[in-house]
Amino acid sequence: MRELTYLEAIKEAIRQVMKENEDVFMLGEDIGLYGGSFGLTRGLFEEFGKDRIRNTPIAEAALIGAAVGSAVTGMRPIAELMFSDFSTVAWDQIVNQAAKIRYQFGGKAKVPMVIRTAHGGGMGFAAQHSQSLEALFAHIPGLKVVMPSCPYDAKGLFIASVYDNNPVIFLEHKILYNNKKYSQHVPEEMYTIPLGKGEVKKSGKDLTLVATSYMVQKSLEVANELKDKMQIDCEVVDLRTIKPLDIDLVIESVKKTGRLVCVEEACSFGGFMGEVASQVAEFGFDYLDAPIVRVASKNCPVPYSYVLEQEMIPSSDRIKENILKVLGKA
Amino acid sequence: MKENNFKIANKFEKLSRDKKIEMLRKMYKIRHFEVEVDKFVLRGMIYGTCHLYTGEEASAVGAISAIDETDYIVSTHRGHGHCIAKGADLNIMMAELLGKGNGYCKGKGGSMHIADLDSNNLGANGIVGGGLGIAAGAALTCTLKKNNRVVIGFFGDGASNEGLFHEALNLASIWKLPVIYLCENNQYGMSTSVKESMNIDRVSKRAASYGIDGITIDGNNVIEVYNTVSHFAKRCREGVGTVLIESLTYRWRGHSKHDSQVYRTKEEVEEWKKLDPIKKYKEYLIENKLITEEEDKEIENTAIKEIKNAVAFAEKSEYPDISEVEKDVYSD
Repeated sequence: MRELTYLEAIKEAIRQVMKENEDVFMLGEDIGLYGGSFGLTRGLFEEFGKDRIRNTPIAEAALIGAAVGSAVTGMRPIAELMFSDFSTVAWDQIVNQAAKIRYQFGGKAKVPMVIRTAHGGGMGFAAQHSQSLEALFAHIPGLKVVMPSCPYDAKGLFIASVYDNNPVIFLEHKILYNNKKYSQHVPEEMYTIPLGKGEVKKSGKDLTLVATSYMVQKSLEVANELKDKMQIDCEVVDLRTIKPLDIDLVIESVKKTGRLVCVEEACSFGGFMGEVASQVAEFGFDYLDAPIVRVASKNCPVPYSYVLEQEMIPSSDRIKENILKVLGKA
Repeated sequence: MKENNFKIANKFEKLSRDKKIEMLRKMYKIRHFEVEVDKFVLRGMIYGTCHLYTGEEASAVGAISAIDETDYIVSTHRGHGHCIAKGADLNIMMAELLGKGNGYCKGKGGSMHIADLDSNNLGANGIVGGGLGIAAGAALTCTLKKNNRVVIGFFGDGASNEGLFHEALNLASIWKLPVIYLCENNQYGMSTSVKESMNIDRVSKRAASYGIDGITIDGNNVIEVYNTVSHFAKRCREGVGTVLIESLTYRWRGHSKHDSQVYRTKEEVEEWKKLDPIKKYKEYLIENKLITEEEDKEIENTAIKEIKNAVAFAEKSEYPDISEVEKDVYSD
């Protein structure tokens, strides 16, 4: 069976939706002949031409605005923001325009667009190219936020995002792009994974680990190690999309395990897992046998130096320590 | 106010009498719509705020009369005039301003967010300059779908100092998008005069930065606005692309609901009122024997009556059901 990397899976999804639907086109910085900052669009320019793979000037606000205007008038744009950090330059267009148009016009407009963007740290890109801003997006009514953790999900979620009639923020973790360790079988045919449905990536009975994006992979590694070495059986829940949020899946898991550890790469203060923890506390309190614990990044900008960056972002050891603490085995 | 070298044909001359009168009718509708909205403001019935278009009627009516129904407009926070000129229903507009459930946005948008997608009005915008990118995007759709449509992106003098102005005009210029960027220079960005806001005397000079045509016109002369927009709309359809038109005009009222107008003199306001775009146009129509004084009165009275009906309609309309509050956030 053929295996694809995360990057290859997303690229295949783009190619297939663009072949299937003429209303789909891409716009972004250096996505043309150059092939995108991470090489994800390489070859698409030659295949679809400059009209449908539209290279833009370095103008994030205008390119997102253009995506909004074309979406409202019948297209299905895919806008690429090179790094999710650059979304802040286009913040008005995302928050006040894309997200609000439908509601403020009384439900009479649709804004079917995807903003694809690379997020996360761990690659030495420092403070302005490594952030995890998902909580900011998820906080805005009108936006959907997708955070795939693996190639299979990335393809299915991407196709679903393009065909969704709302602005979707599609957060791609840059560590996952080319790492063959995370390659997996991805069917050649088109398929979709519904937005708002999480998945149990590993079932277990002792404790629930809920995570997003790259942290799902880290959580799985920790869970497998603990099972092998200490016979601790963790269940790993991948939210896949944080908005809409599949809180039922988390609560269902907690019902079984009684313990919850939330893992995310964003800074802990005001992080999205605070929302997950709060909803589980509110709607699943009776199932809890221990306090909910969050493992998240430290509350500082992402530092450059490797040693500092690794200290900031949740490590496997930190996830492990917190699991043992919740189980009373620390 | 002739200060350009463009050879702009007088297409207005060739319009039918009906169409010429229709333009006057629309100007009166806008004027009296705002009169009634102002009364609502004084009675405390406009929740939040609103921005009146009084005195700028020639700009919206001249520009929008020069494009087709299938063409798009993107409006601003001072958008009532654009909305009426594009063909919105006065009753439904007024209902929206009062926050009623049968308004254009089901009471969820109000004055700053009126949109009428059915008339290809892509909406007002509460963010100064916020629609400039959207206008480029709508024009991109026209290009990609090869539908031969054009877009008018309205904005104010204040918006021309926003970063997105540069980004959007640059983008539109390199892609030769069929968008007419129409700057309604009403002399003030809220309280700040254009003279204090930019180091040049004409917003249209900024067109040179993008290698596009730029022109300043008398925005109180509906015929001049009509001819200019007709000229550039045709060029947009021919693939020449983006243009920057600066329409010089003046808002008679304050910036919004609350404005003590300490930044300008009564004399200045009175000087501009002498350049009343409606008076100017009706006198032209009478002089050219297209209408009589009596017909003019009748047109105005009909407009007043329609607006009064809209007021009555809006007042007796119901507020939205509270179950609506979380609806329309997402589309299926």
